[in-house]
Amino acid sequence: MFMRNQKITGVLTLIAAALVSACATTADNNSASTPTRGPNLGAAPTAAMLAAMDTSIPPSGAGLPAGSGNVAQGAKVYAAKCETCHGPKGVGKPADPLVGGIGSLASGNPMRTVGSYWPYATTFFDYVRRAMPTNAPQTLTNDEVYAVAAYVLNLNGIVPESAVMNAQSLPQVKMPNRDGFIDYSRK
Amino acid sequence: MNTEKASQALIATGETSGETSIAPTDTKRRRFLTRSASVAGTLATGGVTANAAAQEVPAWMKSPGAPMRGYGTPSKFEEPVKRPFASGYATVSPGTGSSRTPHQSLEGTITPSGLHFERHHNGVPDIDPAKHELLIHGLVTRPLVFNLATLSRYPMISRTHFVECAGNSGANSGPKPAQTTVGGIHGLASVSEWTGVPLSLLLNEAGIASGAQWVLAEGADSAAMTRSVPLTKIMDDAMVALYQNGERVRPEQGYPMRLLLPGWEGNMNVKWLRRIKVTDAPTHTKDETSKYSDLQPDGKARQFTFELGVKSIITFPSFGHKLDRRGPYELTGIAWSGAGRISRVEVSADGGASWSNANLQGPIYSKSFTRFRLPWEWTGTAAVLQSRAIDEKGNVQPTRQAFTSQYVAGMSYHNHYIQSWAIAADGSISNVYA
Repeated sequence: MFMRNQKITGVLTLIAAALVSACATTADNNSASTPTRGPNLGAAPTAAMLAAMDTSIPPSGAGLPAGSGNVAQGAKVYAAKCETCHGPKGVGKPADPLVGGIGSLASGNPMRTVGSYWPYATTFFDYVRRAMPTNAPQTLTNDEVYAVAAYVLNLNGIVPESAVMNAQSLPQVKMPNRDGFIDYSRK
Repeated sequence: MNTEKASQALIATGETSGETSIAPTDTKRRRFLTRSASVAGTLATGGVTANAAAQEVPAWMKSPGAPMRGYGTPSKFEEPVKRPFASGYATVSPGTGSSRTPHQSLEGTITPSGLHFERHHNGVPDIDPAKHELLIHGLVTRPLVFNLATLSRYPMISRTHFVECAGNSGANSGPKPAQTTVGGIHGLASVSEWTGVPLSLLLNEAGIASGAQWVLAEGADSAAMTRSVPLTKIMDDAMVALYQNGERVRPEQGYPMRLLLPGWEGNMNVKWLRRIKVTDAPTHTKDETSKYSDLQPDGKARQFTFELGVKSIITFPSFGHKLDRRGPYELTGIAWSGAGRISRVEVSADGGASWSNANLQGPIYSKSFTRFRLPWEWTGTAAVLQSRAIDEKGNVQPTRQAFTSQYVAGMSYHNHYIQSWAIAADGSISNVYA
């Protein structure tokens, strides 16, 4: 596929032809044609690398890790790691509110929170695990993330006081605004 | 009404629409006068009265100048031209927030790299390029890892495109118009020449498996920012950008590599790109559900509104400038569209009652800024300046009423409605809702 050194003349000819072609057909770079073949220099990732990096969690819950947490444990995690920015019981500054506003979206005075607006509980796990707390991201254990999810969902009245969040229960949580979005990706 | 229109005559040199009066003029001369009077608003009286000091040999001609430097910076006299910025999390994460391109002080269409807007979700990471890798995996035949050295051996393309935050112009979503500069309102949009590797090349090498419909892109910042992107966009014109305006991408813009999705909301152009996972469906990340979704009055939200709407802003004159004398000025501004090229920009001096076509400065790139200009005679009375862009797909920049009526009050994403600048009789300029 690729020219070797001894074919350098041929390469130069190809380049010249490409330049002529570009000049003849396009007025600017933005409309120039895009190369379609590369030199195949990608390496195979190790299984360990894949496992370490593949942490995103879709609504199905695929990829959720082992571990679990309950509401009471979550309250402790929240007080220690979240409350400084999010305020007591999920409402406070400087961060966006996590709790409240359920049923408010069509009221003319909408309040968008985890409880009122987020369509999937898996998103909460995914985001908290990768980005929270802001001052020390990716330091919470999986148990702690499950626990704080249980706590915030309970503050919103979405799961009961006895709720335990884990890889099985979290994707089962039906968020109040689950059907509140219109997909514009193909419009 | 007719009297006021005549007094605010736009001196059109192209085709005209509406009932604007046309006044013949010497366009070249007027442009010269106007330009010399508008440099960053700091030389407001220049261009008319000669500088008496210039009759003596200036000091900088009587001694050797400064030596060479390894990397240049603007003149110290341009020090006021910089990005305003704000963080809502100053104590825990001062790098969470945004800085804005000061369009009111810039010309042409390329944003200097040091003035490109920033929007970070937990600051700018200090990435060692020798330790940074890009993983492509998920629904592919064989997962692949690339680094800067391997990517640098791929065929590259250069494209001139804007990047615009979905929250740009959000300041115009409040109940009252914000009295701030073009940069303060519309500064979350910037243009660079981006050079890098088409992402389709890398995905073709990995081999797209059946069922693949979307990808998830992830950044290597301390927010590990993620967004879902339809595979069709990735294969159409997505780029792994390695260079910005000829040099390596700036740290604030994703060093050593960022995703570039021409014309689509900035947040999806994931900086510090470390991972592309090919998936069958969107992952519904935080930033594509709780943020950047557009809530309607009925309580439903539009999700995945990726392509940015056709838009234009008059950058001169605008808030912060002051017209110090009646007479000729050159109106100028920038127009852009996520759908393609700008085909026309119309300008009004009477709040949209009548319009004249502005001159478009070439080259007109797809999904990039197009500079427009129009000579204007200001007679010292009140005027409301507006610009309205139309793109090659026929999309027309909406009025404030047409845009805002689609959403709940205060909906601050994807705002692209017509900006109005009111010129008062004393030449001062304010942001108005019209």
